[in-house]
Amino acid sequence: MFDFDKWQEIFDTIKKHKLRTFLTALGVFWGIFMLVFLMGSGKGLENGVMGQFGTHATNALYVWTQRTTMPYKGLPAGRYNQLTIDDIQAIEDNFPQVEYIAPRMFVPSGEIVHGNNSAAFDVRGERPDLQHIEAMYIDEGRFINEFDLKDRRKIAVIGNRVREVLFEGEKDQNAIGKYLRINGTDYLVVGIFKSSRKGEDGVDDEQTIYIPLTTAQQVTNRHNEINWFVCTINKNFRVDPIDEGIKSLLRKRHRIHPDDRQGVRSDNIEEEFREINGLFFGIRLIVWIVGIGSLLAGVIGVGNIMLIIVKERTKEIGIRKAMGATPSSIVSMILLESVFITTMAGYFGLLVSTGLILLMNTAVGEGSDFFANPEVDMAVGLGALVILVISGALTGLIPALQASRVNPVIALKDE
Amino acid sequence: MIELKNIQKSYQTGYTKLEVLKGIDLHIEKGEFVSIMGSSGSGKSTLLNILGILDEYDTGEYRLDGTFINKQLTQKQAAIYRNQFIGFVFQSFNLLNFKTALENVALPLYYQKIDRKQRQKVAMEYLDRVGLRDWADHLPNQLSGGQQQRVAIARSMVARPKIILADEPTGALDSKTSFEVMKLFKEVNDEGITVLVVTHENDISKMTKRIIRLNDGIIGENILLENASTGAS
Repeated sequence: MFDFDKWQEIFDTIKKHKLRTFLTALGVFWGIFMLVFLMGSGKGLENGVMGQFGTHATNALYVWTQRTTMPYKGLPAGRYNQLTIDDIQAIEDNFPQVEYIAPRMFVPSGEIVHGNNSAAFDVRGERPDLQHIEAMYIDEGRFINEFDLKDRRKIAVIGNRVREVLFEGEKDQNAIGKYLRINGTDYLVVGIFKSSRKGEDGVDDEQTIYIPLTTAQQVTNRHNEINWFVCTINKNFRVDPIDEGIKSLLRKRHRIHPDDRQGVRSDNIEEEFREINGLFFGIRLIVWIVGIGSLLAGVIGVGNIMLIIVKERTKEIGIRKAMGATPSSIVSMILLESVFITTMAGYFGLLVSTGLILLMNTAVGEGSDFFANPEVDMAVGLGALVILVISGALTGLIPALQASRVNPVIALKDE
Repeated sequence: MIELKNIQKSYQTGYTKLEVLKGIDLHIEKGEFVSIMGSSGSGKSTLLNILGILDEYDTGEYRLDGTFINKQLTQKQAAIYRNQFIGFVFQSFNLLNFKTALENVALPLYYQKIDRKQRQKVAMEYLDRVGLRDWADHLPNQLSGGQQQRVAIARSMVARPKIILADEPTGALDSKTSFEVMKLFKEVNDEGITVLVVTHENDISKMTKRIIRLNDGIIGENILLENASTGAS
């Protein structure tokens, strides 16, 4: 039952010993503040860096060719090998683990024109699979489909930034169904995409125009050729061995020396992702060690101060006992006091650290590539608070029991 | 009111056993005003601690207001008896220095689980009785020694104890204030409360109605004074 009188007595004691209470509270406050603040900041760093991936497939593999550096089978070094659609077909035939594959091509282009507006943007030939791999989503209209490829349609899917620039001043910037002129040919805009990556990367992504790969091959007169391709590997397989397998297949097809590292190059996103994940695992570990450490220091501090307080209050306890205080009333007095102080201080620490993180969140905004949405896991915060209260009670228990054993005869002995 | 039969108490210090009380037989009636005298080491403080149920005794029998006080009580039971039966007054007052005079007086009532309003009302009554109504909101260090002891006396009376035990209540006071404090004790006694004062000052003990002199752990003298007749019969 809630004993109003007992709490009144505790509040009285706390109110009249402000410094003592403050010192006790400070340790706990700092412990919980550090834990929550560190975790929030760590999470912010993680969100920032991970945000650069957006919804980009983390099991993606980029492959391209470069000049060879080793002579092989009578062929000289320094040869350039062009990837073709046949290579893609061979990969699809040999590697069932490949989930999506998107051969790609640059289309050299001058200014892109719409009405009175014109600007330079990257133009690429793509296939439908791309939308499953890169960090993009269709905001309006549709992406390139199989019919576009088959009929070599003159259509374009443009990034949001392209729309903003070329359709500036037009009503609602409505681009769907309008035409763009690329290298003297008109393309019908059928879709607008946005990037799910944060920061500058996201803006970069949206400055691109996608046209069907077959159309790109036709207009550049490079039938069958591609520049590079990206593919994803089924989640049940590691990317590394397939990365090697694809490269060695391509080396064989293009008569590149098996040991030539330069002839076929690849960029394995999974590996990159794994490294970053490892880094954040390390950061999380440090945050936990430091946070738990300072929390523990806070709790031990409370216990320590409570012990000193009991020593200091020996006389008071002796007087209370002479007035008829039972041992259990002394225990509950000391215990409730310590639990009350730890809880309030911990709660306050939680409040201040969450507030500070919120403040950081608004201050950072969308501006930084490496820090975004610092957040506090409420479960962790509350868990820490519960641990704090329990350990506050446990550390308060020893001094409280000691207090209950104070012998009034000795406590009241006149010095 | 108090009945002691062959109370013995010894302390073990190292290898030697120090016998402090060697068989005390004492009978104190309700409403008596008694002083216990003796040189230091005579056992008067130990006797007071046993009477106040702050300390245990080894052998013998102790009855307080007809209740048999077991020689080994649980701490809880001892606390309840102290709260019900006994009011304490100490040489160094032993007021809680972070509580006001009124709060100090009200403390024993807190442990009787009396509600706050009632506590303050009763405490104020007793504070008024010792002439300190106007000082109710003062902290002990804002009061003189005599005033502090009067607060302590009010505190000892507030729970309506059967007996008030005072351990050298005038030891820290000058003679004029000592006289006033003893006068206050006499007024308390006149209301029918048994008062027991431990002192080593002769003129203080002469203001009580009966002097018990302790000598090396036994009762040496037991003197009834003239003014006894003016007290309660």
